[in-house]
Amino acid sequence: MPHFILFTLIVVAGTGGELCVSRAMKVVGEAPSLRPIEVAKVILRALRVPWMWLGVGMMALAFFSLLGALSIYNVSFVVPVTALSYVAGAFGGVVFLRENVSSQRWLGVLLISIGVALVFFGKN
Amino acid sequence: MTPQKTLHFKTYLLIAVMVIAGPLGNVLLGKGMKHVGEPAIWPPAQLFHTASNIFTSVSIWLGICSLIIFFVAYMLVLSWADYSFVQPATSLAYGVVALLGYLLLGETVSPLRWTGIAIICLGVFVVGRTNPRTTEQV
Repeated sequence: MPHFILFTLIVVAGTGGELCVSRAMKVVGEAPSLRPIEVAKVILRALRVPWMWLGVGMMALAFFSLLGALSIYNVSFVVPVTALSYVAGAFGGVVFLRENVSSQRWLGVLLISIGVALVFFGKN
Repeated sequence: MTPQKTLHFKTYLLIAVMVIAGPLGNVLLGKGMKHVGEPAIWPPAQLFHTASNIFTSVSIWLGICSLIIFFVAYMLVLSWADYSFVQPATSLAYGVVALLGYLLLGETVSPLRWTGIAIICLGVFVVGRTNPRTTEQV
């Protein structure tokens, strides 16, 4: 049961964190170049956006859950299973946000589910 | 180089950095955590002992550095490219992590698991190629 909680935290907190960071970077704006000084300026600007802190907090939670899972299972098992975040995202969108998920996206979600099932049954 | 070509070049360069640095970071974390063992978080003294084992591991720190490189590349590319473009492009990372686990950590990856990982990569790519807006615009 605790192992199930670890994977749930990796999937839910990781996806939430990515969405928050993505939203923060839209606020920050485009980096003009890849010069270190410009990169540093973008990072400093990002740190002033609350969405970035929320995203980093959620990603930290996902990170420590990942460490816990990696201490038990192989990395070639743990990381592919985290692709379940796409499945959770699609169902979460339909149930909580009333989104219309296209048939192509459902096809992708189905493929990921089949892939994760095969990874699970191929566990050594 | 035209501005459009420069944009394409730096986008693909950073996506390549993400596809390598992310999986490498996970593999290094996996290596470190295998040495640390399953973390115990109770009682508090045991939590302190676990944290000290984790943060004195060289592999863990190398893994964190690699993931920071991944994260900075991810932040930069998201500042000019859409999430719906970046996400399918990084679907290869699931295959790369298994390959690095096999090559660097000597993990046994069964044919069934390779098949599953390939299907996951395909599925992530298909999901990423769909329209990011899933509700009708008003």
